Amino acid sequence: MAIGQAQRGLENGKGQRLARALGWFSHGLGLAQLIAPSDVARLIGIKDDDDNRALLRAIGVREIVPGLAILVRPRPVGWLWARLAGDAMDLALLGAALTSKNVRRDRVAAATAAVVGVTALDVLCATRLRSGRAAVEETAPQDDTRGVEKAITVNRPPEEVYALWRDFENLPRFMLHLESVEVMGDGRSHWKAKAPAGRTVEWDAEIVDDRPNELIAWRSLEGSDVQNSGSVRFNPAPGGRGTEVRVKLQYDPPAGAVGVTVAKLFGEEPNQQLREDVYRFKQVLETGEVVRSEGSLDGARLRQRPAQPPEDATVP
Amino acid sequence: MKATCWMGRNTVQVQEVPDPKILNARDAIVQISSTAICGSDLHLVDGYVPSMVKGDILGHEFMGEVVEVGKGVNNLKVGDRVVVPFPIACGACTACQNEAYSLCENSNPNAWMAEELWGHSTAGIFGYSHLTGGYAGGQAEYARVPFADVGPLKVPDGMTDEQALFLSDILPTGYMGAEMCDIRPGDIVAIWGAGPVGQFAIVSAFLLGAERVIAIDRFPYRLQMAREKAGAETINYEETDVLDALKEMTGGRGPDACIDAAGLEAHGHGAAYAYDRVKQAAKLETDRPTALRQAIMACRNGGTVSIVGVYGGFVDKFPIGSVMNRSLTIKAGQTHVHRYMRPLLERIQNGEIDPTFIITHTLPLEQAPHGYELFKHKQDNCEKVVLKA
Ligand SMILES: NC(=O)c1ccc[n+]([C@@H]2O[C@H](COP(=O)([O-])OP(=O)(O)OC[C@H]3O[C@@H](n4cnc5c(N)ncnc54)[C@H](O)[C@@H]3O)[C@@H](O)[C@H]2O)c1
Ligand SMILES: [Zn+2]
Ligand SMILES: [Zn+2]
Repeated sequence: MAIGQAQRGLENGKGQRLARALGWFSHGLGLAQLIAPSDVARLIGIKDDDDNRALLRAIGVREIVPGLAILVRPRPVGWLWARLAGDAMDLALLGAALTSKNVRRDRVAAATAAVVGVTALDVLCATRLRSGRAAVEETAPQDDTRGVEKAITVNRPPEEVYALWRDFENLPRFMLHLESVEVMGDGRSHWKAKAPAGRTVEWDAEIVDDRPNELIAWRSLEGSDVQNSGSVRFNPAPGGRGTEVRVKLQYDPPAGAVGVTVAKLFGEEPNQQLREDVYRFKQVLETGEVVRSEGSLDGARLRQRPAQPPEDATVP
Repeated sequence: MKATCWMGRNTVQVQEVPDPKILNARDAIVQISSTAICGSDLHLVDGYVPSMVKGDILGHEFMGEVVEVGKGVNNLKVGDRVVVPFPIACGACTACQNEAYSLCENSNPNAWMAEELWGHSTAGIFGYSHLTGGYAGGQAEYARVPFADVGPLKVPDGMTDEQALFLSDILPTGYMGAEMCDIRPGDIVAIWGAGPVGQFAIVSAFLLGAERVIAIDRFPYRLQMAREKAGAETINYEETDVLDALKEMTGGRGPDACIDAAGLEAHGHGAAYAYDRVKQAAKLETDRPTALRQAIMACRNGGTVSIVGVYGGFVDKFPIGSVMNRSLTIKAGQTHVHRYMRPLLERIQNGEIDPTFIITHTLPLEQAPHGYELFKHKQDNCEKVVLKA
């Protein structure tokens, strides 16, 4: 049972990566069809007339919408099927093009072969993700806790890496959803996190395990609105190459409206968020601060601004 | 300030944008005196690199005067004249400590994006899409330079902008391309692409001891420059079958090392080229590896293929059988510019290299769009465009 679950989890991870890649791909194909329908028409060998250009634009929109959705959705099953339907549509159109006049058959055939390849990939991806979702739903009734895990290697000795994390007041420097953490002594701390609509959510936590330079584990106190726990392990990397850091977070979204808020609080995609958090943790340790670009003013961001200096001098 | 912005595929405009500000303690602001247009910029403008955002400031080859430093920068002061390496590197991570600066582990805030496409992220790069950080570029009047205590190199008095500017990218790139060939006495090196990178690869291959260097391109003026200014023999691939010619020129062995200095927009002929164009247009492959395939097929048994031409994503019909069965070594990379700047500056100072020979056009920054046109379409015998801000 446990092994089966783990395996499904693994499959699911792969499926998601594949889905993400397809997202990029969809996006690109769609953009090309939207922006340069004539070029695409010429290249795939369909006559470049108004009808076909409009058609290609329509296909372009069809590609972009699911493409973007696959990129931003944590579990993009529905959208993948939309993509598949889209592929079927492309295939039908290409089939029609093959049998009509005014086409360069060799070119259309090449495009068809390419789409067939992608369709096969889509099917694989959709089935993988669906089985992943089934796995999640199966286990849901017994245990509603969600967990995420990330590992990163930091080019600093374990003592230093442990020390930065052990002072919980440092956490908001690299965990962007946290507003503040106040250490109250006795292993207890008070956490404030940003919630949607400018609200904040607060809870108290206690350290449940603390092994200097090796491990820190904490969990929210009984009765908190937001039940959550976390741990971070520090292991020396082989060959004196710094410290391997493994972070695990679990949270238990309560039912109802609060549940929705809490889920949002941990990000639409907690996995993505933690991945960026550990990366910033490494930046703080190795370079002294979170690295900013014009496109990602406060560190990693899904929604990018143009790579231009910000208007406002008081950034970020 | 004025800046050259990417406004969509094939659209570059000089626009008024806010002046840069210090965002990190180790930043400096540089007032740009000279900047250049690179073959890599063409890949962005032509729409082959994903994750561009409308309004992105382009440019990663630039130099100028320091006008402001963050409180974490102790080695530079206002008034210093510097040339800036195109990869952004922190100097403290494992990659930087191994001098693999273009693989810096901390300088790409959008590392997750690059991880999706490439498995792992690379360093951030100025003006080079959001995959590599979303940093504002240097084809502008000013630029913010992160990790200014690590990257920028002070330019000695008496050295002109034209002599120093290409230390930012293409001179180190040509050099690294040749260095990766592990050149030994008697070696013959073939180079695909006689653009600025190809020209500097020729010069560097000779400096590193190559016996003969053969440059391949289709533009007669570029091949002429390769012959007359860099000392290469040349093949025009529109007139001659490259694989046959290379066998003939190397006594049937093939070149000991082959450098791809053409990259993902390589041009070609015949069915394979048409196939790549279709797949690329439909975004079913991102890159068109015409030159790379040929470089692999041409290389002698046991030889090295060095890739400095840029590839973004995926290619088809890759001759892996040729690589595997014939014991080829492939080396590649965005250039670890920091590693080469100082030694190459010395070679310029003592007259071993004169990098100015590639400059064919010098334009004011306002005319950047015209510069892109000239360089992209290889008009007016354009080899390299320098912009003066
Ligand atoms: N690795 C790095 O860090 C790095 C740095 C700078 C540039 N680059 C890359 O190097 C490449 C060259 O840059 P550039 O500024 O010289 O660009 P460029 O466009 O001036 O030069 C490319 C040359 O390749 C030639 N070419 C195209 N197809 C060919 C083929 N099939 N066979 C032989 N030659 C062919 C073109 O005619 C052109 O002259 C680009 O891909 C660029 O992105 C890489
Ligand atoms: Zn460049
Ligand atoms: Zn680094």
